[in-house]
Amino acid sequence: MTANGTLQIGMYLAALLLLAWPLGLNMARVYAGDLPRYVRWLQPLENGLYRMAGVKPDQGMSWLRYATAFLIFNLLGLLVVYALQRLQLWLPLNPQGLANVTPDSAFNTAISFVTNTNWQGYGGETTMSYLTQMLGLNVQNFVSAAGGMAVLIAVVRGFTQREADGIGNFWVDLTRSTLYILLPLSLILAVALVSQGVVQTFAPSQTVELVQPLQTATGMETKQTIAVGPAASQIAIKQLGTNGGGFFSVNSAHPLENPTPLSNFLEMLAILLIPAALCITFGKMVGDIRQGVVILAAMTIVLVGLGAVCVGAEQAGNPLFERLGLATRASELSAGGNMEGKEARFGIVNSAIWATATTAASNGSVNAMHDSFTPLGGMVPMWLMQLGEVIFGGVGSGLYGMLMFAIVAVFVAGLMIGRTPEYLGKKIEAFEVKMAAVAILVPPLVVLLGAAIAVVVAPGVAGIANPGAHGFSEILYAFSSAGNNNGSAFGGLSANTPFYNGMLGFAMLFARYWLGIAVLAIAGSLAAKKSIPASVGTLPTHTPLFVLLLIGAVIVVGALTFLPALALGPVVEHLQMLGVH
Amino acid sequence: MLKELKPALVMLVTLSALTGVAYPLLVTGIAQGLFPDAANGSLIERDGKAVGSELIGQSFTDPKYFWGRPSATGPTPFNAAASSGSNQGPLNPALEEAVKGRIAALKAADPAQTAPIPVDLVTASGSGLDPHISPSAAAWQAPRIARLRGLAPDRVQSLIEQHTDGRQFSVLGEARVNVLQLNLALDAERR
Repeated sequence: MTANGTLQIGMYLAALLLLAWPLGLNMARVYAGDLPRYVRWLQPLENGLYRMAGVKPDQGMSWLRYATAFLIFNLLGLLVVYALQRLQLWLPLNPQGLANVTPDSAFNTAISFVTNTNWQGYGGETTMSYLTQMLGLNVQNFVSAAGGMAVLIAVVRGFTQREADGIGNFWVDLTRSTLYILLPLSLILAVALVSQGVVQTFAPSQTVELVQPLQTATGMETKQTIAVGPAASQIAIKQLGTNGGGFFSVNSAHPLENPTPLSNFLEMLAILLIPAALCITFGKMVGDIRQGVVILAAMTIVLVGLGAVCVGAEQAGNPLFERLGLATRASELSAGGNMEGKEARFGIVNSAIWATATTAASNGSVNAMHDSFTPLGGMVPMWLMQLGEVIFGGVGSGLYGMLMFAIVAVFVAGLMIGRTPEYLGKKIEAFEVKMAAVAILVPPLVVLLGAAIAVVVAPGVAGIANPGAHGFSEILYAFSSAGNNNGSAFGGLSANTPFYNGMLGFAMLFARYWLGIAVLAIAGSLAAKKSIPASVGTLPTHTPLFVLLLIGAVIVVGALTFLPALALGPVVEHLQMLGVH
Repeated sequence: MLKELKPALVMLVTLSALTGVAYPLLVTGIAQGLFPDAANGSLIERDGKAVGSELIGQSFTDPKYFWGRPSATGPTPFNAAASSGSNQGPLNPALEEAVKGRIAALKAADPAQTAPIPVDLVTASGSGLDPHISPSAAAWQAPRIARLRGLAPDRVQSLIEQHTDGRQFSVLGEARVNVLQLNLALDAERR
């Protein structure tokens, strides 16, 4: 890796960890109701919302009621996003006169944004009106993220409360996440992005004269139409909320969505910021910040390790390019490497770190086309999703997923060395382990079953763009993405068909809610338990040893489950590529 | 279950108003007030007409212009109304064919240039709208431009340097040359 590449990665990690700490502490205050000064003036608004909705903020909910509120809110959101897409031609703020979205695509997209996946079967600028983007997709960017954070906070309360019936109030957690965390951060980021050149306007597409008219099949083209729109406001929250759904078709590779290296740095930072900070929030809330640091350390180690593989593979590039006599070495004047599908301003390093970060988190936005990555470079994002989106993961959902692995790690360690399985003062018993197993095994089931079906039926195979093993990778990537609520894609796959819209839609639903409900059930069960003081029989969970145990649990499950499938895709392709030499 | 229906409805409506109406309007207001050029697409004007955006590439195939990154948008390259990458995998025979074709076109335009072609000049960008090429890719084309335009090589070199952005804050991203702005500067030169 070049010296500059190492420096950029170092700066990124340093900025991330330095910002995550204070943000995490402030978020812990927000959830405790002790509002930091800079948002306290919004409190009358919060209370007003509760009054209108008839919510009693002090009233705790049982886990079942909490889950019900979560599900009903999501169902209503789904209906709204679906309706907006189906009716957009007759609604305002559609200056390009874009047609109503087809039923299967609208179904898929509604699920996609409500589940915090933001898989995009459509092209933004050619499909969605400004109104649909703002009032449908953008709203879900906020509230699906807030919903994930709410569920996480409920789980944390499961650990902190003793012999309690309730795990908090969903409406309060949802409102506070949106109002005090997501909105202020988004506002700051959106304005910063506009300063770099991200568009934010309600004007229709701009038309400019081409400097060199273009000879086309039908004559001379003298004009270029440039799609614009209210993009910055949406991009800020798409990154902060681990949503990832782009305003434009190519997402953050689009120069009007991510125009400069600085905008790229800020957007990458936003991808991991809240998931990282929530680890600190968690530590603060359970009364031992080391517990959060341990989890953040485990996540960061896996991120850095796999990120290095991805950068290395992309910089090593495609042997084909060397055979054709191209200049592929990195220098101060050229990024070199595998530049197919990458932007000149980002080069190799920033494209590969982004790919790693966006799939470590369940963000799914891209600044380069993952489909054109080298086999190993593309395997890194795919495997990060398959690990269950727990290496940072989605806002809230990543950490609650990781806590499931922590429960398993504690349980396994307990079996191995004869210690009482307990975590944060709560005894881990059969019910918790069963539910954790459900939460951990549902996504792989959805991914492998979905991919298996797609490769044997005609409408599934029809979507493949690239021949050979890479075609299989496209399908496996799609289901890994949907089945873990990530949303990125090997974009060559023609997924905007009734088959894929339906299959991937259901995959996203299962991954989000089956998991969410199992996690809330654990929260309820833990909250009802007594807290037991640590004894000599307790496995300490704030040590480097536990970091290793946790990484081990995640990697072993992820590797055992997916190695056979990966062998048929990226591994075969890598071996074929070596043969090109 | 019905107990949660009313809060769900009210919360969805009010949070939609906040995050889906008030927030984007506020950002638009600030953006249009503080950074009107950037917020509207960073357009470049020549003789009172918009001739492009600083951030959006255009297709150049005439050898007397610098060429940009290959674009995979359809139906025409650099279609800024429908961004797209090629999504070709590294072993896709179509990728090899495409790259060979681009190499042939570049060599045909300047048979005297025998240096290896920088990889970014023959590989499609992610967006299909990349406004930049690497400084190496500009330098590779410089002799052709100087010859076809009758400009001194030094002059072409200095124009390239004027339109080169280094890494931001000397660290972030990659050095790059804005192709459209460079070509506009070429057109502005007196022969």
